[in-house]
Amino acid sequence: MNPVNYLYLAALLFTIGATGVLIRRNAIVVFMCVELMLNACNLALVAFSRMHGNLDGQIIAFFTMVVAAAEVVVGLAIIVSLFRTRHSASVDDASLMKL
Amino acid sequence: MENLIALLVAAPLLGAAVLLCGGRRLDAVGHWIGTVLAAVSFVIGVVLFADMLGKGAEEREMAQHLFSWVPVESFQADIAFQLDQLSMTFVLLITGVGSLIHVYSIGYMEHDERRRRFFGYLNLFLAAMLLLVLADNYLLLYVGWEGVGLASYLLIGFWQHKPSAATAAKKAFLVNRVGDMGLSIAIMLMFAWFGTFAFGPVLEATGETSEGKLTAIGLMLLLAACGKSAQVPLQSWLGDAMEGPTPVSALIHAATMVTAGVYLIVRSADIFNAAPDAQLVVTVVGAVTLLFGAIVGCAKDDIKKALAGSTMSQIGYMILAAGLGPIGYVFAIMHLVTHGFFKAGLFLGAGSVMHGMNDEVDMRRYGGLRKYMPITFVTFGLGYLAIIGFPGLSGFFSKDKIIEAAFAKGGTEGWILGSVALLGAAITAYYMTRVMLMTFFGEERWRHAPTPSPAEPSAEPAAETRGEYEVPHPHESPKSMTIPMIVLAFGSVFAGGFFSIGDRFMHWLEPVTGHDHGHAPVSAMTVTLATMVVLVIGAGIAYVQYGRRPVPALAPRGSLLTRAARRDLLQDDFNHVVLVRGGEHLTRSLVYVDHSLVDGVVNGTAASMGGLSGRLRKLQNGYARSYAVSMFGGAAVLIAVTLLMRAV
Amino acid sequence: MMDLAAYSTSTGEAFQFWVLGTVAVIGALCTVFMKKAVHSALCLAGTMIVLAVFYLANGAYFLGIVQIVVYTGAIMMLFLFVVMLVGVTAADSLKETIKGQRWLALLCGLGFGILLCAGIGNAALTEFNGLGQANAGGNVEGLAALIFTKYVFAFELTGALLITAAVGAMVLTHRERTERAKTQRELAEQRVREGKQVPPLPAPGVYARHNAVDIAGILPDGTASELTVIKTLRQRGQIRDVSTEAINDLKALERRAEERLGREEETAK
Repeated sequence: MNPVNYLYLAALLFTIGATGVLIRRNAIVVFMCVELMLNACNLALVAFSRMHGNLDGQIIAFFTMVVAAAEVVVGLAIIVSLFRTRHSASVDDASLMKL
Repeated sequence: MENLIALLVAAPLLGAAVLLCGGRRLDAVGHWIGTVLAAVSFVIGVVLFADMLGKGAEEREMAQHLFSWVPVESFQADIAFQLDQLSMTFVLLITGVGSLIHVYSIGYMEHDERRRRFFGYLNLFLAAMLLLVLADNYLLLYVGWEGVGLASYLLIGFWQHKPSAATAAKKAFLVNRVGDMGLSIAIMLMFAWFGTFAFGPVLEATGETSEGKLTAIGLMLLLAACGKSAQVPLQSWLGDAMEGPTPVSALIHAATMVTAGVYLIVRSADIFNAAPDAQLVVTVVGAVTLLFGAIVGCAKDDIKKALAGSTMSQIGYMILAAGLGPIGYVFAIMHLVTHGFFKAGLFLGAGSVMHGMNDEVDMRRYGGLRKYMPITFVTFGLGYLAIIGFPGLSGFFSKDKIIEAAFAKGGTEGWILGSVALLGAAITAYYMTRVMLMTFFGEERWRHAPTPSPAEPSAEPAAETRGEYEVPHPHESPKSMTIPMIVLAFGSVFAGGFFSIGDRFMHWLEPVTGHDHGHAPVSAMTVTLATMVVLVIGAGIAYVQYGRRPVPALAPRGSLLTRAARRDLLQDDFNHVVLVRGGEHLTRSLVYVDHSLVDGVVNGTAASMGGLSGRLRKLQNGYARSYAVSMFGGAAVLIAVTLLMRAV
Repeated sequence: MMDLAAYSTSTGEAFQFWVLGTVAVIGALCTVFMKKAVHSALCLAGTMIVLAVFYLANGAYFLGIVQIVVYTGAIMMLFLFVVMLVGVTAADSLKETIKGQRWLALLCGLGFGILLCAGIGNAALTEFNGLGQANAGGNVEGLAALIFTKYVFAFELTGALLITAAVGAMVLTHRERTERAKTQRELAEQRVREGKQVPPLPAPGVYARHNAVDIAGILPDGTASELTVIKTLRQRGQIRDVSTEAINDLKALERRAEERLGREEETAK
């Protein structure tokens, strides 16, 4: 098997995650899909690391995880406070960007 | 000696400043300050005149350069004066008649609480008028020109509590603006073509300039003259200007300011001499106005308006003479001076009559006043004889010369102009006799309460008809008013003869204006005789109509011409129909174009942008997920483009 | 270990990839299409564990462990907590509300996926060096050497980022009390003033037929009072309607009792 398949898998997972972001309305699920996309990227980075024979790809994946952790903390906090004020976790309910 | 010239202007200017800025504390002495400063100006004028007489004819011109006003590269405007024989004549007339009218006003305005302000305005007028005639360039002349316009406006509207006076002042100001545009355009043309607007260089340059350019400048100057001198077609303001106090009518709207147009044309003689077309227009304007004013004067029952029509007509004579070129310049100025005397005298007499008649101006409410105000009667009568051209009096010499000059123009033009002038003399005799008879002779119509006019039924009957009519007690005016009238009567009687004996006036002015005898087709004696004949005819008709028969206290309906003349020959109707309506129509069509075309384009652009935006706005539905789709789609497109770029 | 350097992987890894890859894709699809957020979270956790295995297979031992510990262990648990806090709402319905959104999303996803795969296929990815050399001194040591030398600034920045995120989460969720808390006396006075609910709220369970927290208690007159349910559930609209349910339950109970009684009677006969 060619290790390039890992990249195809990553692309597939990324696309599924992105489509999920577009389809789902529950903010938590949307957020999970974002995490899925990040993980797909990480997989690709790890595969790249193997391809190039050095650890830089893994370092980047590591940083991605850290940033993802921070993002999850803040994002979930936002969801919670949104829910408190609007009693809903639907992303469509926050259509305040329209006049 | 030259340094005195500026003082001529400075004295009344100082008076105006002191009186207008001084406030109420000068109320008690204000009229004396004004009168004394006017007299000071007159004395300086006399001193300068004496000095001038002592010199040879060619050395009499004096000049004074005060300071450089606007020195900008080639645009050099100076405050500089020029005093030659022409200006000197005007200076003496303005300051002399002006001083007399200041004296008269002391009595006339005695009961007016704003007398100080009135004298301030009078002084302002004197200063501006002197500036006008003393300026050595057209720009400074323009300053004086506007100054007299301002003073005229302020004085016509002096009783601004009367709506009619306020309207009349506004009307005079607006009509004068049209003329002022002509003068300013003429000055601009001079600067554009000659590079200067000083009299000397401009008039010298006329020799090397094309006739077309000179005609253009001449016509613009004529427009200015028409505005200031109430000539057709800008004549409509003069009749209404009689709303002002009578001394104002006498000084500004009879003797001095309205003659500024004549001064302008005579001063620009060289331009007109070189532009025969412009000259022809000048004579036509003069001839038309001459008849126009005379006809209007025949129909008016308001004594001041009748005199205003007469003024218009007499200035028409002057303009006609000025248009004749070197043949007429001298006589135009001569008539101007004699007219200044007798017309001021007539106006002051009218003011005196009004003074004794509770400010009644309708001549049909006068009659038989000669017994009650003898001095007024005699002075007014002498003025009357002078204006109709009774042999030996001023008007005889000056007007007769103009008629002669008109004939001397030669050719068909000469015949037409001469005949018009003769006809004018007849009408002048008619309407002045009418005024005289209605005012001083006949039944004492003022003893009975007036009956309301059936022609103009007023909704509210006047106070007099309700049995409150107060019979006026005609009386002679105080000395401060009669003395100026007597002095002016002297001028009316003797000025013409004094000027004409040995052609003194002609020799005096000739160095400035030049003179030409022309080719008279008929002898001077014939013209004089003809004038006498038409004079007798005119006066005779008036005597038959107003002397033999009783004058009805109410104006009869009259013929079509009479009714038209009472309405100033429909001048206001003409202006209304042609200018006001025309302007309204023009404005309306412009508004229509603005609304349909300009607004259409603008609104169309806005509407199409709005519609487009409205469609684009649908993309902005506020849902984050929709935006995410476009982001995602954009990312896909980016990949596609990258791949394509690599493939190419 | 030497396999990692090879261009082609071992059969074992290939087998593992195809099996676990399928699992990962199924997990991802379930994450997107599961109706309940809890199920989505569990499916995502499964996918992440599979990914952790792939990391290990690719020689990223440290990351594989971190993936399990941090992602699956911490982050996904955080998700579950929030799911519990926010609860099941109408947003869970898969029915689309924006017109054309689903089709557009699928179209974009399909196009994007195809283009991405085309890009990968287009790239000249023929050489796989393998991590044998890089991992020679141990994977963790290798990473540490890089993090504390080449990437030390980025590492420090991530520290700052994490602190900021922690503070931010606290700021966002913590509500500052802007006014003094009302005392019991003040609350009582307010109740009297408003006149809506003067006595204390009805206690749950007094006349209740159920002891579940999401079912409204019954007042003495037989009507259900939503006031007996806690505020959070009331706000979410998650009160279960007991009026019909209780009666149905009662009917079923009576029927069953009759059946049994009837059978007992029959047997007795």
